[in-house]
Amino acid sequence: MFREEHELHKRRWGRNLGLGIVLAIFVALVFGLTVVKVSLEDFRTPAETGGEQ
Amino acid sequence: MTDASINPQASEGEARFGDFVALLKPRVMSLVVFTAAVGLLAAPVPVHPFIAFFAVLCIAIGGGASGALNMWYDADIDAVMKRTAKRPIPAGKVTPGDALAIGLTLSGFSCVMLGLAANWVAAGLLAFTIFFYVVIYTMWLKRWTPQNIVIGGAAGAFPPMIGWAVATGGVSVESVLMFLLTFMWTPPHFWALALFVKSDYDKAGVPMLTVTHGRRSARRHILGYTILLAAVAVGIGFTSVGGPVYLAVAVVLNALFLKGAVDILRRDEAASEADGYKSEKSFFKLSLLYLFLHFGAILAEAALRPWGLGGW
Repeated sequence: MFREEHELHKRRWGRNLGLGIVLAIFVALVFGLTVVKVSLEDFRTPAETGGEQ
Repeated sequence: MTDASINPQASEGEARFGDFVALLKPRVMSLVVFTAAVGLLAAPVPVHPFIAFFAVLCIAIGGGASGALNMWYDADIDAVMKRTAKRPIPAGKVTPGDALAIGLTLSGFSCVMLGLAANWVAAGLLAFTIFFYVVIYTMWLKRWTPQNIVIGGAAGAFPPMIGWAVATGGVSVESVLMFLLTFMWTPPHFWALALFVKSDYDKAGVPMLTVTHGRRSARRHILGYTILLAAVAVGIGFTSVGGPVYLAVAVVLNALFLKGAVDILRRDEAASEADGYKSEKSFFKLSLLYLFLHFGAILAEAALRPWGLGGW
């Protein structure tokens, strides 16, 4: 059983939705950046470089 | 965050998502995005498109964060001036504490993410830009010297340099000259506006050249900076980011800009008021086109390069 929605939640719906979208975009961007970084030709894992950069 | 259930007074003007976006000064951001992208694309080192996009986004958010910190510190004078009275803090929509928190958080995030995505030279330059705009300009010099526009212009001039550093990992003659282009352009652009728009900076206690040294002095300063600007703008034409297209654009625009500055110097207040500040207004309009076309021409040279047409 859900509790009745608090008035504050209604009032801040737009703000919360906006923040949620921003966070989702941020996650997608970091994921995309990770994929690109590991796909670059000069990418080496720590095991390949002996732990050095 | 303000909790309206605890503080009923806050419910009237409670912040919407758009108010937090307004803290980031989106219009200033568009100039930052454009010039940073040009700096990045004009660099001789290719960057993966996604990393380039991500880096420009970080630079834009860093610029926005400095805007939020500026609004946090300047809330007292923003409330006094008509142009800025509707900003989120003086309008009572966002609390100063929230603006400070957003500004600091986004500053940290944008710099660290830029360092991880591109390199730490670019991240360091972005951090310095935010520091320069917030501490050197906003907190220190804005309320102290009538040369505040010159100092503030420096902060707005860094993005192409950061974009260049994203690609090359360093600073070079080309990136310094691109910095100087916006730096030298800001004073004549702003002082021309100050000549024909009635502002209330003096009411807010912010020294403006037109008020502290008089409008005659502002006219002289416009010409002085325009001469220095022309030297920088044409000089870029002979570097690796320049070329025939850029040089042609620069020569024409700077000749027009110099003529406009001389016209402004030759006029007095009576002549300006008689024709509704016609010369000052057309100089200001030209200044908008001036910066856009210079960076556009640098971009055109970079775009033509793969076909062997751009550059010298």
